[in-house]
Amino acid sequence: MADILNVSRRGFLKGTGAATAFVLGAHLIPRGFVSEAHAQGAVAEPNLFVSIATDGNVTITCSRIEMGQGVRTGIPMILADELEADWDRCSIWQAPGDETKYDPAGKDGQNTDGSRSTRHHLDVMRKLGGQARYTLELAAAKQWGVSIGEVYAKNHRIYHSGTGKSVDYGELVEAASKINLPSGEAAPEIAFKDKSQWRYIGKDMPGYDNYDMTTGGANYGADISIPGMKVAVVARSPVFRGKVKSFDAREALKVQGVERVVEIPALADDKAPEFRALGGIAVIGTNTWSVLEGRKKLKINWDLGPNRVHSTKTYDSKIRKAAKKGGAVVRNRGDFDGAMKGAAKVVEADYFVPYFIHTPMEPPAAIVDANVRPVKVWAATQSPNETRQYVGEALGLEKTDVQCWTTLLGGGFGRKSKPDFVCEAAILSKMIGSPVRVQWTREDEIQNGYYHTVSAHSMKAGLDSKGKVVAWKHSGAWPSILGLWNPAQKTGFGIEYGLGMVDVGYDNVPNIRIENGEADVHIRVGWYRSVNNIQHAYAQNCFAYELAAAAGRDPLEMLLEMTGESDNMDLAKDGVKEYWNYGDSVEDWPIMPNRLSNVLRTVAKKAGYGKKLPKGHGLGLAVHRSFHSYVATAVHVVVHDDGSYSIPQVDTAIDCGQYVNPEGIRKQIEGAAIYGNTIARYGKITTTRGAVDQSNFHDYPITRISNGPLNVNVHIVEDFVHLRPCGVGEPGVPPYTPALINAIYEATGKRIYELPIGDKIKV
Amino acid sequence: MISLKVNGVSRQFNGDPKMPLLWYLRDELGLTGSKFGCGSGLCGACTVHIDGGAVRGCITSVEMATNKEVTTIEGLDPNGNHPVQRAWRANNVPQCGYCQSGQIMSAASLLNQNADPSDKEIIDGMAGNICRCGTYQRIFAAVRTAAKEV
Repeated sequence: MADILNVSRRGFLKGTGAATAFVLGAHLIPRGFVSEAHAQGAVAEPNLFVSIATDGNVTITCSRIEMGQGVRTGIPMILADELEADWDRCSIWQAPGDETKYDPAGKDGQNTDGSRSTRHHLDVMRKLGGQARYTLELAAAKQWGVSIGEVYAKNHRIYHSGTGKSVDYGELVEAASKINLPSGEAAPEIAFKDKSQWRYIGKDMPGYDNYDMTTGGANYGADISIPGMKVAVVARSPVFRGKVKSFDAREALKVQGVERVVEIPALADDKAPEFRALGGIAVIGTNTWSVLEGRKKLKINWDLGPNRVHSTKTYDSKIRKAAKKGGAVVRNRGDFDGAMKGAAKVVEADYFVPYFIHTPMEPPAAIVDANVRPVKVWAATQSPNETRQYVGEALGLEKTDVQCWTTLLGGGFGRKSKPDFVCEAAILSKMIGSPVRVQWTREDEIQNGYYHTVSAHSMKAGLDSKGKVVAWKHSGAWPSILGLWNPAQKTGFGIEYGLGMVDVGYDNVPNIRIENGEADVHIRVGWYRSVNNIQHAYAQNCFAYELAAAAGRDPLEMLLEMTGESDNMDLAKDGVKEYWNYGDSVEDWPIMPNRLSNVLRTVAKKAGYGKKLPKGHGLGLAVHRSFHSYVATAVHVVVHDDGSYSIPQVDTAIDCGQYVNPEGIRKQIEGAAIYGNTIARYGKITTTRGAVDQSNFHDYPITRISNGPLNVNVHIVEDFVHLRPCGVGEPGVPPYTPALINAIYEATGKRIYELPIGDKIKV
Repeated sequence: MISLKVNGVSRQFNGDPKMPLLWYLRDELGLTGSKFGCGSGLCGACTVHIDGGAVRGCITSVEMATNKEVTTIEGLDPNGNHPVQRAWRANNVPQCGYCQSGQIMSAASLLNQNADPSDKEIIDGMAGNICRCGTYQRIFAAVRTAAKEV
């Protein structure tokens, strides 16, 4: 947690236009080292987190990256609330990448993914806001010659409770800027506002950037222009790790506006891909159109390399076999094999999910000037500090030699955590001696991406004579994300197991066995919104429905029975080694099956579960915990005679503990249904001899307004609102697909064992 | 030499007449409100108006706009208060915001042609614009809101 200092006199506002201001900074010394560091005078450079100008205008730093998840609204709201600031007088300043300065929670290094922002920043933003308020109260009390107990803050003013006189924050700036509260362990204990006094937390707030976003004024990766900047596009190998044998640029160089054609060296054989540039032939010129035209005219002879063996047609059957075979046991409760021997009924089913690609509406783009020190980067990146690190490496410099300013992101979904595209711009800028914007096209994004892993799941369960599930086995195989760091990786790892696989919440099932088979990695596998939770939630929820049918039981009743009401499922007891838990401790964020049951019951009630529906209609349920949140979805589907289907209604219940902006949650969950609908209906990347077969939205379709649900009701569950905040950006996605597929089963009796469904159900 | 008007300003262009309007607007004029999404007329992020009708800037050449009036998101209303823009804010539509310029230009053109569209006409009129964040439910509501005002 940050130590907070008054830094009004240290000239932090250079460049922000404000002359005098009250500024609070946070300097980031880990708890426990604070007093020692103070004693030695080794005070880290503090930085601006909130400042108040003499006109009363408040500037709040946002150190997290906005990609549509609402972080530039939600996080500053917390600080503004505790500061008792008038939101209309607050503006947001986007911090550049520097985790030594702009990571007040000290947990994520500004890397914005994993649905972490709110849960890791609620307390620290309150602390920053609270200290600013306290300082203003102190300034007013001094001015009036009264004790601090006699004053209070409300809506941008400090009031004296005896006389009712008041003063605007702006008028206290001069005085507040001279108050140095003791810091470190001597810092005053400043009480947080009582929840009942919250002005903004828990209440609807529209998006901070709405005006800019509706007038063309919002800046994304490709919107920055700097003097002397050139534009580049890169032709990359169609097969991962392929290399240029030779190339002919003569025709490309004839295109008006094309100035240079250069080679970015291929990834060296001994280097793991990580977030490094892939290599290829870059066409550089004065404008985007010229370089795109130039690239079409390149003649490149590729050495496609060993990954040309990767055709999904054959690869898919390999991982199906690997899933069936199983392997490493990653969770083992009771005695699965023994229980199966005594089972009255055995059910088996296999599920398959293909590769996906992110397709954020904004393809990757970055601008780098590598010819100045520090190197300057403007990029649509989720991870500005990893960007600095990899750009530094690409240029033979230190991370600290690189400055990274982030733009708004036109969608991220995990793609923009990986700064390979920024490395390309850096390498080219150094090569040609000018600033360069690298522009990825949609084809580049689809064909040279970091793919959501393909996966196969082999499920097996035993029922007793009463139709109760007594044994559950899930064996999965997929190429691992770890392949980015270790190309020879054959199995998954703790993070992937923790993404809804080992932590499956069927806590009342006495015998559970979860295994992981082997798979080779032939492509860049990366994380994608909700990551492996997508396939795990799909296989688990659809298989549970299948078990209910086998037992002749109601699926809701069955799911509730399997899940139970425990408030702490301890995976350590089931032999799970070092359960990841989204990077947090299980003491702070335990796995609570009772919250799964609660959201499931809630959504069933809201959706009218159990009502008789007309022919061709079905209501399906699914529930999943991810990123600490508990989410249940009910999809109502109508399957028409020709096999086409529509979705008149979706209900989703989310329990994310203490929440900040309910309007933001509704938007994320509405969007998650659409995102899930693309996964369920269309998501499929295939490869032929190593090359991705799809290239743009004609063969990699995305849900449109005409084929997605337009009636998504979001129910924010309040029963556990006293508990810590949980993720919101990702957890809405996983339950959608199994809920839809279970609805299709209810409507037609048809089971779907492989994604995507397509536009028509073959009955 | 191509002459055209962009947001009411007369412009001359000497470059490649086949250059798509999107790149002309973005790279030559610095009007970056129109976005690049697919380059193939499939996603609508680049939607602008030519003489009031919606076109895809990424597959419409500058040449095709000769002597015509091009309107971009920056020129839709001098204060950003076109009924569609206001409706977008009233319904809190944007998430990442990247596709919204194109969505708004499509909606404005739809309402130009049909001030009282049915539900189906709204869906058909907006089906060319992809939003990956999935704001369709709010887009639909916002078009209805705006239809009451235009």
